[in-house]
Amino acid sequence: MEVIFVLIGVSLLLAGGFLWLFFKAMKDGQFDDQHTPAIRILFEHKSKNKNNTKKPNKSE
Amino acid sequence: MENTATEKKKQQQESCYHCGEPCDRDVLHFDKKNFCCSGCKTVYSVLSENDLCDYYALADSPGQSQKSQSSRNNRFDYLSDREVIDKLIDYQDKEETHITFFVPMIHCASCIWLLENLYRLHPGIISSRVDFVKKKVQVKYRQERIELRALVALMARIGYEPRINLSDLGAERKPKADRRLIYKLAVAGFCFGNMMFFSLPEYFSEARLLGKGFTNLFRYLNVLLSLPVFFFAATDYYRSAWMALKNRTVNMDVPIAMGIVTLFVYSLFEIFLLGQEGYLDSLGGLLFFLLLGKWYQQKTFDTLSFDRDYTAYFPVAVTRMKKDQEEVVPLTRVRVGDIIRVRNEELVPADSVLLNEEAAIDYSFVTGEEVPVGIRKGTVIYAGGRQKGPAIELLVQKSPSQGYLTDLWNHAAFSKEQQKDSLASLANRISGKFTLTVLVIAFGALLYWSMYDLSMGIRAFTAVLIITCPCALAMSTPFTLGNIMRIFGRNGFYLKNSQVIEKIAAVDTLVFDKTGTLTSPALARIRYEGEKLSEETLGVLKAMVSYSVHPLSNRVNRWLGPVIPARLEQVQEIPGKGLIARYKSQRIVLGAASFLETQPKTIKNFRGNKVYLVVEGVHLGTFLIDSGIRKGMGKMLGDLKTRFALHLLSGDQDHERQFFEKEWGREMHMHFRQSPADKLARIQRLQQEGRQVLMVGDGLNDAGALRVSQVGIAVTDDISHFSPASDAILDGKRLGYLPKFLGFARSGRKVIKASFALSFTYNAVGIFFAVQGLVSPVLCAILMPLSSISVVVFTTMATNLLAYTRGLNHKSAATWK
Repeated sequence: MEVIFVLIGVSLLLAGGFLWLFFKAMKDGQFDDQHTPAIRILFEHKSKNKNNTKKPNKSE
Repeated sequence: MENTATEKKKQQQESCYHCGEPCDRDVLHFDKKNFCCSGCKTVYSVLSENDLCDYYALADSPGQSQKSQSSRNNRFDYLSDREVIDKLIDYQDKEETHITFFVPMIHCASCIWLLENLYRLHPGIISSRVDFVKKKVQVKYRQERIELRALVALMARIGYEPRINLSDLGAERKPKADRRLIYKLAVAGFCFGNMMFFSLPEYFSEARLLGKGFTNLFRYLNVLLSLPVFFFAATDYYRSAWMALKNRTVNMDVPIAMGIVTLFVYSLFEIFLLGQEGYLDSLGGLLFFLLLGKWYQQKTFDTLSFDRDYTAYFPVAVTRMKKDQEEVVPLTRVRVGDIIRVRNEELVPADSVLLNEEAAIDYSFVTGEEVPVGIRKGTVIYAGGRQKGPAIELLVQKSPSQGYLTDLWNHAAFSKEQQKDSLASLANRISGKFTLTVLVIAFGALLYWSMYDLSMGIRAFTAVLIITCPCALAMSTPFTLGNIMRIFGRNGFYLKNSQVIEKIAAVDTLVFDKTGTLTSPALARIRYEGEKLSEETLGVLKAMVSYSVHPLSNRVNRWLGPVIPARLEQVQEIPGKGLIARYKSQRIVLGAASFLETQPKTIKNFRGNKVYLVVEGVHLGTFLIDSGIRKGMGKMLGDLKTRFALHLLSGDQDHERQFFEKEWGREMHMHFRQSPADKLARIQRLQQEGRQVLMVGDGLNDAGALRVSQVGIAVTDDISHFSPASDAILDGKRLGYLPKFLGFARSGRKVIKASFALSFTYNAVGIFFAVQGLVSPVLCAILMPLSSISVVVFTTMATNLLAYTRGLNHKSAATWK
């Protein structure tokens, strides 16, 4: 049963890690703008290759 | 890309490839595409040169019309000024500079795409990032490769000119959004969750199976986890309670702080001295729910600004004349006696005397009335007016902050911090009595039990303090108000904060501004009286009014509809007067009565604006344009006048008094010819009579009145545009809902009271057990969250139900998204 000691320690560390990650994300402004990233992700990133400029039409 | 272009061609014969507006006059052909003006063409050519034409593929005609864009080259010169740059930028080191621009033109995915690809237009730009909702772009650039001035000019060239206003140069920069509450909430939630885990075995006697070592471990871990809760998450409550006590009042946070401290200290006492489990998990839960309520109440409308003063609208720079040479200087450097030049569509930044023969000044920004006023040489033009027509030169009379209008901000009402909170919130008023009652009961229990058993007395005493810690009570207000605020927001009524709701509920007097609030110049009805106009004449008129930017011309233009404009031989605009055109060697005049050579037939019983049409000296007819009253105003005022005292304040002459009296009844007290300071004074007089005043206004001239009244509501037709400082912003289209809003705010009070009753019931039950010393940690751990959650559920359901019955159940999202 002593393994519970270890498990509790691990679980606390894990949960604390998530808390820390949340703080970090907050500080980086991840939650400041919740609208633009949803649009941004749909943009295609063109490769540097000039031949590749033709792209399919996007219809709204 | 090509497909969309051809499709569009089918739909609309000749619409601009860039902005999508019909090309009525000269169509510019470039690259097999149509453009309505050279501005749009330039934007396209810049983009195509840089291989950025995906811009046009992401949305149809994403651009903004460039027709009215100023093309002066030197207008960004002030951005070379070191002082100005330092005020504008966010961050700078040896290599790069970061700056955030407000770009109101951002409206679609193409905008985001183009603005985030700025680096492809100039190698000096490192990257840029758009915040779509706030319409802001943060640009990082290397200051050695591109100057700020060049950067702004570049953005202007592709049609995204940042708006830089005087307030951007203000001394204090806005602090970043306060995230402390979120951190506290996260900490409290984290600790609460884990403490629950460690407490559960104890409650269900599992720990005893595991052995003494585990029990103690769980308790010590709980103590460890409670430390951040007690010393970090709860600090706001100590501070607020302390401040209240220092001011010899009791607010809701006093009993809360009392409960928190008792919970913590007594739990430590139990754990370390008595070897019992303590109430620490309840402490975590308490803080988590309390902070959750606080956070819910703190809903803010990021895109709206509730504290703008005139500086938010004034330009940063003006053109100053120095020995006939133009120079662009920051407005802060303009001194009395300087000569400044103001071009078409530019704002007059300081009270000054006109040096040219005449000017047409549009004071819509100040009064809401958008018909320009003609000004003669030597007359003073007040700051805030906008020139319509050719450039004028002005002699500055007063510094920008001392003007007739801007002087309002030097009024006493603005210098002190808002002291509107005379009406204490409902929760705070009862908390004094509540705290007293709790203390009496607690000490009563202590006295009673200590006659038999002192330790039992202490237990009962602490139990009362713990169980009555007004968790549910403290949550009913934030959740009710927070939810009401969200419902208002969905209906186009945006509040500065939730305290405004309680103030609205107490209002008994309503004061309305006229122009721009009850009437909407944009809705003005137009009608034509006179001889029937031939197709040809209509075409001539169309060509004439298209030439002019005067609002009356625009209205005539709208009335004309899609008429093909004729080719005029000559057309000339006399600012503030009218238009003269020559067509097939006929002289055609369109304009005000004072402008005509002939005496026109007078039109009786019409009080709005008249535009006369005269051909070769013969008066053909007249356009009658009245100050359009917003839809539903009569009904709205009818609803309101039974419940409130109504006042109307207008800066206009009283020639429309009879009309309004007929329209809205005599119950409405009307005051005309009110200057901004008069409006402010009138509100103060009403307040001295003991009235709770709600002011509804729109222009800068209402700013003082909006500020001093208990509740100031700014009405605006474009939610992201102009609104003076206020407590709330109301979408002009929803003004008719005002009675509903007022009624809803009042019933919000009832919901709060009902939820108070609910939580008092919980407290009464809790106290019943507490005075007998029967409160166990399990009971506490169950009762606390249960009461909180049930209060939240009750208030949310009740407010939603009330909103539904009042017809405020719009599911539509906010208009700016």
